[in-house]
Amino acid sequence: MASRVEILNDGGFRSDGRKQYELRDIVIDLSQQGSADGSVVLSHGLTQVSASVFGPREAKMRSQTLHDRANINIEVTFAPFSMGERRKRSRNDKRVLDFASTIKATFEPAIQTKLYPRSQIDIYINVLQQDGGVLQACINATTLALAAAGIPLLDFVCAVTGGVQSASPLLDLTTLEENDVPHLTVAVMPRTGNITLLTMETRLHVDRFEEIFQLVTSAGHVLHKEMKAAIKDRTRTLVAAMSVAPKAVGEKDPLYSERMDDS
Amino acid sequence: MRPPSPSIPEKEFVVEALKQGLRLDGRAALEMRQPTLTFGPDLGWVDCSLGKTRVLAQVEAKMVKPPPERPFEGQITIHSEISPMASSEYEQGRPSEEEVTIARMLDKIIRRSDVVDKESLCIQSGQRVWNLRLTVHFLADSGNMLDCACLAAIVALKHFRRPEVEVVGDEVVVHPPAERAPMPLSMHHAPFCLTFAYFQDTSIPAILDPSRLEQRLSAGVISIALNAQRELCVVQKAGGVPLSPTEILRIVAVSTEKSKELDRFVRERLEDDWRTRTVEVV
Repeated sequence: MASRVEILNDGGFRSDGRKQYELRDIVIDLSQQGSADGSVVLSHGLTQVSASVFGPREAKMRSQTLHDRANINIEVTFAPFSMGERRKRSRNDKRVLDFASTIKATFEPAIQTKLYPRSQIDIYINVLQQDGGVLQACINATTLALAAAGIPLLDFVCAVTGGVQSASPLLDLTTLEENDVPHLTVAVMPRTGNITLLTMETRLHVDRFEEIFQLVTSAGHVLHKEMKAAIKDRTRTLVAAMSVAPKAVGEKDPLYSERMDDS
Repeated sequence: MRPPSPSIPEKEFVVEALKQGLRLDGRAALEMRQPTLTFGPDLGWVDCSLGKTRVLAQVEAKMVKPPPERPFEGQITIHSEISPMASSEYEQGRPSEEEVTIARMLDKIIRRSDVVDKESLCIQSGQRVWNLRLTVHFLADSGNMLDCACLAAIVALKHFRRPEVEVVGDEVVVHPPAERAPMPLSMHHAPFCLTFAYFQDTSIPAILDPSRLEQRLSAGVISIALNAQRELCVVQKAGGVPLSPTEILRIVAVSTEKSKELDRFVRERLEDDWRTRTVEVV
């Protein structure tokens, strides 16, 4: 089906006005939600996802406790109003379960579960608005929520989608682009540069794959900077709110200055 | 009932051997078990085995009325439930995680990547289309059931012949195979799935087509489905030990080679089988 809207026009602009390698606007809101230990509302352009983390806490599902590490439990809900047409997805829909287990598998190597044997870390993800890059948004939101909850991670996990429109690579796709163009999602751990998730479900030639794969991986590093800045900002706010005692002129709070150095 | 985890001596032996580039069954790291294909008397019935892993795939066709939103397309349904026949660790009725993975991968490889041309399955638009039912039975699990299932499914689709139909005005005449030779399915391409397992110790290179023990001891798998024209259909690496981008590209390069070999093999076997099916015209 030919698209009425051009994916990439001759001037190098996409349907939403971005250039080829431009990522969408990221909005990260780390304010407290409910009684969650860590929570975030993350937006990539129009795709909006909220994630709440509880844990590590006592395992509710005794049958799934592991004797030497924490059990990661992920539940994903797609709000019925998240897509253009109102659609209620059942909890046991195979697609949703597969989605959740993909995210769980992505975070297994990143969370230091060995520190909390026989306990459980619950991650609840709510997809509020879908406009492409939902898996990417869920993974990024989960990373931020886990960091906000203070759960020890080996590294951030940053995910980006990418696609190829007749030899031109595109980054961070919207729904319109995802429906038209072969695309993949990559989640990278920036410190080591290793990939923890790579999914592609559409046909793409091997030669094109290499280029877009490298691009998406480096885009993950760019996202990492944004996410790290957001976390540091939030921590600074919290620390400022917690420091009650007035300081003498020139005296620096040693803990504050050590940790808040941007490195 | 979950089987007991591999014992510590087993684990240490396999890992040590892999560090030296040796696999328990004597294969090289990137060597696949030789697949064997047995075709049944019915067209579209294939028994595929990779070493001791055996999977049976069967294709059947029936005519149905298409849904109003897609009046021009046929339908393909894939049924792949793992019964305890494959191994005692699978329970009837309760899908294990591996079963969900295999079902989703088969769905992505065969349905989402448009293996069969659905429009060619249309007989009368809006009224009658072919509904293909692909059933995959897992007979024995000796590691890497996914690759075996995918191979069996693709070969079954290639092997299957649907009855020829003639549309005269509003009437549809279905010719039985005895009257007119049945027609093969119109397939866009034939993807093959290749699974690589890798281990916690990153000095061990990824191994292709893991056996049951290797799969259980692995720290992650990456599955790549691609066709002989070097088009990647599905790449799935979820979790497990994080891999560097160069390693992933190397694995993709290896897969392109292997898929060409598999394609050649499948073609030869299908031709051999077709020669044995002679039709006598009386």
